[in-house]
Amino acid sequence: MSSLSTSTLASTPVIGRKKRDVAYLVSLGFLIVVVAAALLAPWVAPYAANAVDFTAIWQAPGGAHLLGTDQVGQDLFSRLIHGARESLLGPLALLALATVFGVTIGTVAAWNGGWIDVVLARITDVMFAFPGLLFVVLVIAVFGKGPATAIVALALAYAPVIAKFTRSLALAEMARPYVDAYRVQGVGGFFLCVRYIIPNLTPPLLGYLVVLFGEGLMSLATLSFLGFGAQPPSSEWGLMVQEGQSGIIQGHIWPTLVPGAAIAAVVVAVNVVGVRLSDRLNSRFER
Amino acid sequence: MTGHVLEVAGLQKAFRVGAGNVVACNNVSFVIPPGGSMGLVGESGSGKSTIARMLVGLEAPDAGSIHVRGRQLGTRERGRAARLRRAKEIQMVFQDPYGSLDRRLTVAQCLDQAMKLHGLTSGAARVAELLDQVGLLAKHGDSKPHQLSGGQRQRVAIARCLAIEPSVMVLDEAVSALDVSVQAQILALLNEIRASSGIALLFVSHDLAVVSEVTDDVLVMYRGSIMEQGPTGRVLNAPEHSYSKLLISSMPGPGWDPKDVLQRRAAFLEEVGV
Ligand SMILES: Nc1ncnc2c1ncn2[C@@H]1O[C@H](COP(=O)(O)OP(=O)(O)O)[C@@H](O)[C@H]1O
Ligand SMILES: [Mg+2]
Repeated sequence: MSSLSTSTLASTPVIGRKKRDVAYLVSLGFLIVVVAAALLAPWVAPYAANAVDFTAIWQAPGGAHLLGTDQVGQDLFSRLIHGARESLLGPLALLALATVFGVTIGTVAAWNGGWIDVVLARITDVMFAFPGLLFVVLVIAVFGKGPATAIVALALAYAPVIAKFTRSLALAEMARPYVDAYRVQGVGGFFLCVRYIIPNLTPPLLGYLVVLFGEGLMSLATLSFLGFGAQPPSSEWGLMVQEGQSGIIQGHIWPTLVPGAAIAAVVVAVNVVGVRLSDRLNSRFER
Repeated sequence: MTGHVLEVAGLQKAFRVGAGNVVACNNVSFVIPPGGSMGLVGESGSGKSTIARMLVGLEAPDAGSIHVRGRQLGTRERGRAARLRRAKEIQMVFQDPYGSLDRRLTVAQCLDQAMKLHGLTSGAARVAELLDQVGLLAKHGDSKPHQLSGGQRQRVAIARCLAIEPSVMVLDEAVSALDVSVQAQILALLNEIRASSGIALLFVSHDLAVVSEVTDDVLVMYRGSIMEQGPTGRVLNAPEHSYSKLLISSMPGPGWDPKDVLQRRAAFLEEVGV
């Protein structure tokens, strides 16, 4: 009875829904495989990350090298797998850092208003006006290149964006009467924010963070590509793209294409899965 | 002092709006005896919610005092102990049954957390008892707010107040968003609670018919000031103040004529000189 009414009420066309389900399942499956490969890299990769083989340079995919080899005969598939951990953990760390700061600042600004709110508004204004990459390069110029600096620099650039988004969500949430009801119960401001308001922001926030994860992955790869992030002999994907570049002019596209496609595929899959996750979380407690 | 549960004296509040001030509450004083029920009526914007919110500490009065059971409440509670002390004395039911419950929590969690906060005995048995007290079934404890009707949600909101065992309950337009038959059920429930628990009520509404169901006395407010106060039956049947007369004659009913109401209103405004 109730299952019948929900299936008729949820009026999304069946075909459209099926397509989205397929996209979701494929993306989820792909991400699981990628994460598993990243975790189990030493066992699943057919070659070591830096196994040079001058008898097999610039090979096309197939045969002994599933995705081909680069200019010194390193197996691209193996390098991809070995580099997956750094390529995925980087954006994750950057996002975790930016989220802790952004959500805290955004919530405090929404709850307290006053000077904190004003300062946040100014910082985000500056951040939005200022090209993000330029800011990051500036930070790197001061603190030196390397993956850790790249992550912290990007986290600093993302935190105000997350703070601004959180602030607008939190303001809407705080206008709901249940917040007043908690205050009337005697719940203090800090507890109210941490225990009740922030958890109620998670579905939209998660959807947003997923988009940022994709952006973060690409930004970090870009920094590595520019030589500011991951350093050789790492096989971080952005660095792989950069190292593969030298071959393009001679027609060897695989060393660039393989890591580039991996970045794109992960970004798309994370977005598909994240949007679905956010929807599901939303419907779990939204009316 | 006297044995009043709630004593409000000289309450004052103005809001800054643009360049000017809106006096939302002007020298308001009243008392409610133990187990009593006071109605607060007046047209929209007359300051009823402002009074309700000052009582529960959501707004700070500019001046005046609020005593519950002889103890003065602060204007702004600082610190956990003071906050909880106030909350323990006075609770509130809000108008919006859809927004006043946390949509993430089940009914049982909502009640449980309120009791835990105040160090009261919580648990499934107490939750079931509270649900029963507000006319809900034990199974409703597992429901999320979106699974409940407006009337059921308002019952949960009332149970959430009862969970803290206050001596005063403020209801701000608590039945205004409900349809008439559900209104009647909630009003009957409030009378039951009053009779069985002795909790005093401050019942805020723009609807005079509803107020006459659940209150002994009534305050008529207009633009932040009390125009008239007295026993509900007397004020509604034989109003003395010209604003009360206007308010009562403005109620839709048999022979009700909007044009006539507007005319009377114009005459009243002229009389008070606005
Ligand atoms: N937070 C506020 N800021 C500015 N003005 C307010 C605020 N709250 C209430 N007011 C004003 O105070 C007056 C009384 O409002 P309110 O207490 O909500 O009346 P009621 O509940 O009787 O409709 C209105 O003129 C309203 O606009
Ligand atoms: Mg009101």
